[in-house]
Amino acid sequence: MSEQTATWFNHYDVRPQSEVPAESPLAWSYRKTGRPAVSQQSRVVLRERAMLGHLILRGGAIVLDEAVRRVLGFGLPGRPNTLTQDDDGQRSIQWLSPDEWLVIVPGGEEFALEGRLREALGDARDTAVKNYAIVNVSGGQTLIELEGECARELLMKSTPYDVHPEAFPVGKGVTTVFAKANLILRRPSEQRWELVLRRSFADYCYRWILDAGAEYAIGVDA
Amino acid sequence: MFLIYCPHCEELREEEEFHPKGQAHIVRPADPEACSDEEWGDYLFFRDNPRGIHHELWVHAVGCRKFFNVTRNTVSYEILETYKIGEPPRITAESLASDEVQGKVQVASSGQQTVGATNATVETVKGEKA
Ligand SMILES: [Zn+2]
Repeated sequence: MSEQTATWFNHYDVRPQSEVPAESPLAWSYRKTGRPAVSQQSRVVLRERAMLGHLILRGGAIVLDEAVRRVLGFGLPGRPNTLTQDDDGQRSIQWLSPDEWLVIVPGGEEFALEGRLREALGDARDTAVKNYAIVNVSGGQTLIELEGECARELLMKSTPYDVHPEAFPVGKGVTTVFAKANLILRRPSEQRWELVLRRSFADYCYRWILDAGAEYAIGVDA
Repeated sequence: MFLIYCPHCEELREEEEFHPKGQAHIVRPADPEACSDEEWGDYLFFRDNPRGIHHELWVHAVGCRKFFNVTRNTVSYEILETYKIGEPPRITAESLASDEVQGKVQVASSGQQTVGATNATVETVKGEKA
């Protein structure tokens, strides 16, 4: 069996230096729909954090935990639907399913991080129980932040998931239904909600949020 | 709101996030070549359609995207328990029938089993092990 296990992989920089500019999944929406300005009246503010590095880790929790601890300095979240972050909140790991985690790091770090993780996991490929996968999904999704006194109210109109602080404490993150699409909803800090949108849903979700946020004078922090 | 307990996410989630995937515990014949046409046809095409307790495969399609099993009453639509693939159900038509003999289960006037007096439903929905 082990002879049949593929031990090769393609590790390449998906965003090399080139004349072709990289664009966020929301680039089109900004042009087409625009960005309502943040004003004194804005009780929700939307801010995109475009071009972050997103990696999907798959495999056994114990093996992956060891590797990310060594490389990133903090471990996998121990419980379902939670996330861990480094001290300044720049890097995070979120539980997505029993064998799947989403790592988000500052844009440009993901290529090197993938290499270092593969190095740390190097010997892990030798045994069948330690199979793993790392996929760079940075180009497939984007992260937006919602802040403001009515951010939770906006979410309540959009998702069936309970966003009450008791049901959704800081440090939680879930994949759930949002409008008629789905996304990853997370709460890394008391004031801030993060939404990870798939590229194909990004424009729809963006316009939904602007519509749902109209009554709170939502502004987009450019 | 209709909430279903996902044994992988370990919490109740909105029904919108789930999809049913048919009968659970269908075992693929170990040696398909040795099967008669009838055995193979049974395995491939024929499914149970019981009135009462049914074990089903569901997927948490929008959440963790993992499959798990559901024990459901096809008459009342009540979900009696959810459990991971590979685990046996705790509630079966047989176990309910024996509970009935011991007076733990209310029997509806139609003679159809419904879970009543026991707290089995509440306990399993919360995912607590009895
Ligand atoms: Zn789940």
